[in-house]
Parts: sequence; C-alpha cells; structure tokens
Amino acid sequence: MHLADGKAPADYLCYIKSKILCICAGIVLVFLLLIISISVGAVSIPPGEVVLTLLGQNVNSKWDAIIWNIRLPQALTAIVAGVGLSVAGVAMQSILRNPLGSPFTLGISNAGAFGAAISVIILGTGQMHSTIANAVTINNPYTTTIMAFIFCMIATGIILMISRIRGSSPEVMVLTGVALSSLFTAGTMFLQYFASDTQLAAVVFWTFGDVSRANWPELGLMTVLVSLSTIYFLSNRWNYNAIDAGTETAKGLGVNVERIRLVGMTIAALITAVIVAFLGVIGFVGLVCPHMVRRIIGDDQRFLIPGSCVMGGILLLASDTVARLIVAPYVLPVAVLTAFMGAPAFIYLIIRGYHR
Amino acid sequence: MILNVEELKFLYKNRAVLESVALEVNHGEIVAILGPNGVGKTTLLKCLNRILKPKSGHIYLDGAEVGSLDTVEIARRAGYVPQRVETGRLTAFDAVLLGRRPHIKWDVSPHDLSIVDAVFTRLSMEHLRLSYIDEMSGGELQKIAIARALVQEPRILLLDEPTSSLDLKNQVEILSTIHGIVREHGIAAVMTMHDLNQAFRYADRFIFLKNGRIHFQGDRNSVTEEVIEEVYGLPVIMGTIEGITCIMPGCPSAGMVHQEN
Repeated sequence: MHLADGKAPADYLCYIKSKILCICAGIVLVFLLLIISISVGAVSIPPGEVVLTLLGQNVNSKWDAIIWNIRLPQALTAIVAGVGLSVAGVAMQSILRNPLGSPFTLGISNAGAFGAAISVIILGTGQMHSTIANAVTINNPYTTTIMAFIFCMIATGIILMISRIRGSSPEVMVLTGVALSSLFTAGTMFLQYFASDTQLAAVVFWTFGDVSRANWPELGLMTVLVSLSTIYFLSNRWNYNAIDAGTETAKGLGVNVERIRLVGMTIAALITAVIVAFLGVIGFVGLVCPHMVRRIIGDDQRFLIPGSCVMGGILLLASDTVARLIVAPYVLPVAVLTAFMGAPAFIYLIIRGYHR
Repeated sequence: MILNVEELKFLYKNRAVLESVALEVNHGEIVAILGPNGVGKTTLLKCLNRILKPKSGHIYLDGAEVGSLDTVEIARRAGYVPQRVETGRLTAFDAVLLGRRPHIKWDVSPHDLSIVDAVFTRLSMEHLRLSYIDEMSGGELQKIAIARALVQEPRILLLDEPTSSLDLKNQVEILSTIHGIVREHGIAAVMTMHDLNQAFRYADRFIFLKNGRIHFQGDRNSVTEEVIEEVYGLPVIMGTIEGITCIMPGCPSAGMVHQEN
C-alpha cells in the first residue's frame, strides 16, 4: 500500500531535539566532573592546570605524575565501568522484560566473588593485614582476576546452555540467574567458613568494587570492550524498542527475538564479567541508571541507551570522587558510595514521577 | 490473490492444532476467522506470517513462499496486530514509528516520518501524536497498534481480535476504518473475531474453524444458522434489522433467564 505523503511534524522534531539536548548536556557534565574529579584529592590541583596538563602541557612534573599515573586512569575507569554496567543494565531490562533486570540478575557478580574466593582461599593468592585502604595483599592479582573472570563466564555459559535447551525466555533466564546466585553465594560462604581471618578479610575486601584497581592496559581492554558492546546495543535499538512493545509485536515486525535476546545477554554478561574481574562488585549502577534516564527522557531505546551510558558515567565518577573525599585521608571503595549517592537521587525521581 | 494457504498443519507438543487448512485471500477483501475459544484461530493467524512455524504445508504471500522469505521481508508484506498491546513511556508517534522498523536501514528518514504523520491523519488521531501511550485508554492503544501495522505499508493486515477490548463506538470506528483502508488501498485483512455480528457487518468472507480444521468457508449469503450451530454447539437465530445481518443465541437452553409476564 502507498500512503499519501504527510510531513514530518514540527512539534515532534522539537520533542526529539529536546531529548538529544538532554544527552548532550549529560556529556558536558561528564567532562566537567572529570576535571573536578582529577583536581580534588590529597594534593589538590587547580582545575585550570588539570586541563592544561591533560592537553599535554607540562605545568608541574609532580602534578603531571599524579594526574597521568593515578587520577586520570582512576577517573576514566569510573566512567568506562559506569557506562559498561549501565548499558548492560538497560539491555538486560529489555531482554528480560523486567524492570529489576541488571547485569547482576544472572548471578554473574556472585560467580565472580566465588572465583576470587577460590583464588584467595584455596590457591592462597591474597591476605589482608590491616583495615586501611590498600592493605590487601593480593600476592598474585592476575590469578584472582582470572579466576573471577573464569567463574563469571561459567555462570554465563550455564545460562546460555539452559537457554539453548529451554528457549531464551525471560523467565528461564531470570530463574536460572536466581538459582546460580544462590549457588555461588553458598559456595563462597562454604569457603569463607574454613578460611583464616586474613584470607576472609581479603575475600570480603575484593568484593568491594574499587575503580582504583585498574591500570592503563586493563583500562584499555575495558574501554575497547565497552565501546564495541555499546555500538552493538545502539545498532539494535529498534529491535529493543520492538521487544519492549511485546514479543509478538516484535516478531510481527521481523525481529528475531530469540537471537537478539541470546546475543544481547551474552554481551551484557561479558561486559559485567570483565568489570567484576578487574574492579570487584559495583552494584546499583546497572539497575538504577537506566531507570533514572527512563524518568527523564522516557523508554525510547534510541535515547535510553545513550542516556544510560552517560548517566552511568556520571554516577560512578561522582561516587568515586566523593568516595575519595568523604573520609579523607581514607579512601572508600566506590561500591560503598554508589548506593549512597544513587538511592536518594533515585527515590527523588520515583516520587517526582515522569518528566513531561 | 494476495494470500494462498495449502494443506497447512501445525503441531503443538505433537498434538495437531491445525490440520489440512487451505484458504485464499484476495486484494481488497476482509476475511474473518471464526470459531470457539481454543480452536486455533490465533495459531492460524500467527502461522500466516511465520510468528509460529507450521509443521507442513505451503503459505504464499504475494506470490512468494513465506518459509523462503527472511523475517524482515515478511514484515514488509504483512502487518500483524496482536491481541495484547504493551505500553511504555513512549509517545504515540514513536510507538507508531516502530512500525517502520522493517524499512529502516540505520535511522529514520523524513520519508518514514511523513508516512507516520499520514497514518495519524488517516485515523483522525493527530491530537494524540505526542501523548504518552502509558496514559492511553484501551481503544486508543488498539488504534496505535493498528497504525503501527499500517505504517509497515503491508499488503495484508493480520489482526488478532482487533475489537476484543473496545466499547461499541470504538469497535465500529476501528472496523470501519480497517474496512475503508482495505478497500481504498486494495490490500487485504484477515482477522480473528468472536463477535459474529461485527464480523458479518464488516467482513466479506468467513472461515469457521472446528476441531483444528476448516469446517466451513463462504460469503455472507452462504452462512446458515446450521453452520453456526455446528461450530459453536449452540442454536442461533439469524435475521436482518434494517438490512444488517444479526445473529443471536437461539432456543433457550439450560441457564437461560426467562422474563416472567
């Protein structure tokens, strides 16, 4: 059939433009936060000098070292991890058709913690000597990271296998995730019961997600992975919109729903596994950032996906900055702060309702 | 001929739900699929655009075997309107724009937007364009779902009980709109229905399913009280009021309420 041509309505284009502006404003905010985050800390560096240093001008070689070796990688890690967890969260919520979907719904974080526990307790790769920050001695950090990653991927593999057998319906994935979470938690508790005090402390400490753990090469790996995944999710934005409109509607629109679910879940799991393995468990970001964005610019995945990326970066970077300042000179791991920062903002958005 | 189905068979867990189904749908024609609950009306509809994959048989959509087309190609030919419509925080315009998905390469073009705009005008719902669908009534949502199928620019519309959740005015409005569009653009529509009166008013041909097979198919004049009784297991009375065919449940059986004089 051929329809008489209408025209693109001006009020709609205006409405779309306002959403794009919203996201651009968020990106600007990320950059401002980045400068602030780098400038504050035990040694405070004026924001102007931070910008100059980042632009490659050697203002002060001590500051140069602090910025390039410590603060910049930490701030960028916070942004990349925030983007990754948030985009994985928004994808999981669509794939699982469940507002409580998050990168951790599939039990991946618990699997990672179990892997780390095995590494620390059975393979003896770590101990903790005192309670101040960085007192955990992970004798062999790579073994711990690799073990955490392996167990994250085992959890993902089990879910994929079960999805193959029973079909990748949201119920199957959610229920399997719940079962795996409990299983790995029980495994971790079992190991902890027989661990020494110092090992126990090291395992618990490992689970506190901390963005200062990553170095430049690890940051590079996470950045590549998160960028590629985000491009994948963005290129499937219409498919996620279709799935949100109902499985049957999506199939009627020619979307291969099962395949989109399976591939999306695998990629979300992979991002989560890498972030958990390198940084530990950082909760809340993946669950809440997409919902914050939904309340501001709505459920349209064309804007929800990029919006969630930006919001994830903002929340994790802001949390990390505050975590470094709040009980200075002690530095809190960011995982403690994400919920402190995010929960009040989220509750405010729930009470306020949708933005018109 | 726009749709041709031959020897269709569909199994659900090794139980035959549909068997030896054969039908044809022509341009500019509305076909109603009728029959009691659970007889396979929705299953048949979903087989037509391969949302469900039949066990055997052939379905030709606009001359091409449906099984050999890829899913996007099917979606360009057949617009499907499911029984239940999900809502979300989306404007009506965006929700309808989703129907362009089978045609979109990377992003929407001005052409896509103009088609969506034209459909809003055609269904007289310009005022709803920027309303959020999670604040809409059942009738408005149903219209959105139909609009979404129309912007697919399909050659056939497949509608699963398009009027089931609607009041009388909305039922008439939606069915007459579908009727108008089918005639105007020479496309076709297949819809499953429960309301025989509405079916008789708007459809051109009727397919009655019973026990997974086509029990009867024909036009308005060939359907008799006996056919309906055989299919639904209930005697009915057919008559005309001001030229409109009406069907009512007939002879009182157990449980009928009698008016005492």
